[in-house]
Amino acid sequence: MDTALLIEKSILVVLLFLVSLGAAAYMTYFERKLAAWIQDRVGPDRAGPFGILQPIADGVKMFLKEDFIPAKADKWLFIIGPGLAMFTALITSAVVPWGPKLHLFGRDIALQVADINIGILYVFGVISIGVYGIMIGGWASNNKYSLYGAIRASSQMISYELAMGVSAITIVLLSGSLSLNAIVESQKDVWNICYQPVAFLIFFICALAELNRAPFDLPECESELVGGYHTEYSSMKLGLYLFAEYTSMFVSSAIMAILFFGGYNFPGMSHFSGNTLAILGIAAFATKIFIFIFVIMWIRWTIPRFRFDQLMHLGWKSLLPLSLVNLLVTGLVIAFKNGWF
Amino acid sequence: MESLTNRKKVVSDKPMTLWEKIYLPAIISGMITTMRHMFRKRKTIKYPEEVREFAPVYRGQHVLKRDEQGRENCTACGLCAVACPAEAITMTAEERKRGEEHLYREEKYAATYEINMLRCIFCGLCEEACPKEAIFLTDRLVPTYFERDNFTYGKDKLVESLDERIDITKRQHTGKRTQI
Repeated sequence: MDTALLIEKSILVVLLFLVSLGAAAYMTYFERKLAAWIQDRVGPDRAGPFGILQPIADGVKMFLKEDFIPAKADKWLFIIGPGLAMFTALITSAVVPWGPKLHLFGRDIALQVADINIGILYVFGVISIGVYGIMIGGWASNNKYSLYGAIRASSQMISYELAMGVSAITIVLLSGSLSLNAIVESQKDVWNICYQPVAFLIFFICALAELNRAPFDLPECESELVGGYHTEYSSMKLGLYLFAEYTSMFVSSAIMAILFFGGYNFPGMSHFSGNTLAILGIAAFATKIFIFIFVIMWIRWTIPRFRFDQLMHLGWKSLLPLSLVNLLVTGLVIAFKNGWF
Repeated sequence: MESLTNRKKVVSDKPMTLWEKIYLPAIISGMITTMRHMFRKRKTIKYPEEVREFAPVYRGQHVLKRDEQGRENCTACGLCAVACPAEAITMTAEERKRGEEHLYREEKYAATYEINMLRCIFCGLCEEACPKEAIFLTDRLVPTYFERDNFTYGKDKLVESLDERIDITKRQHTGKRTQI
């Protein structure tokens, strides 16, 4: 590996880290604003113009709070929990292709940290590890509400990962590759949403469940479980949990944009080339991510939480069979087109 | 029984139809509702910059009035203290000395006059009881403090200063006093 590549990738990693953290910070602000607008309120507007310094104020507040570890808690796991949640939320972004190749300093720079050929498997692997952060934190707190939250999180994630995976397989069937880069490239002309609206719907619902966002926010469920898995957490550990939620929201919006909405592709992109194309591609991708984030938040402030039996019912008896049928139909159509019958 | 509102809805526990079981139509209609709310006019009044208009009969912090020549109206009769349901008012009376005619209107005056703002319920009965038009409730707010003893307001805070008269014309419709 030459030094230039190393430098290039390190810069990209640091940039990505900062961007995901910054995006997560401003998503908290945007979420509060959106909630306020939906509820006919104004929202945070005191810190700076229009309250844009609110995330910084929140962060400072989080750092200044007392960092409390309950006496009966498992100390090490209690500390590892939020770290793991944040870690898994951040590393997913490594395989995301953020834009077309950028041409700088006489080099072609791929805007992707690692173009691994099993990108989508990597994403699913990391997402499944994501539940450990919540589970470990909830268990280590030694609190019944935390434990309930953790149990709910794990059962919910296991149930919804199935349907999510199956609907992602249809995309893999369509593009013929597990690499996210190849999936994006295969959508140059027609986005996958046109072929797979049902898979997208299932994927989106499952993504909400994986993110523990409303209407599937049973693991934290303020009204019955105090704070759910992070009941016992305070200070920046709590901050990390909350931050991890927003970071994974950002990353999963990116994944959904890649799988179904053509990633950085946009209509009429053949008119551009070189760095203009790269920058426009990044902008298109960012817009798609923003729209997804907006819709996820919009849903959160619209509909109430599912009951746990409804959640399980939806996951196992509706989404999983539907995704399997969808997979079967997709497979048959592809086989028919390729003339295998 | 005749229903009291036109919004009455009979609740039933019939099983959901397929349309309802899909959830999506209901969710989308809900999202349209929230989207509509996003563009509504906000009703918030941003307090420190924007102050909501007070009602003309608002009952806030008291004022002890002076008359047109700057003499204190209060004669320490104690009717306000008697009328006060919260027993928030205490006072001590004193006789007016020669040479103090420009300070006090009548022969007797209140040497101390204290209202405990933590006890006061701002009912306005002191104002109603006062025969001398001396005490009025105004549209000023009593600020909050961290210490309890700050809430006992003496004459230094209650009596209006000569240069900054407190306007109480809005509340002066009691008809107790003929116009001078």
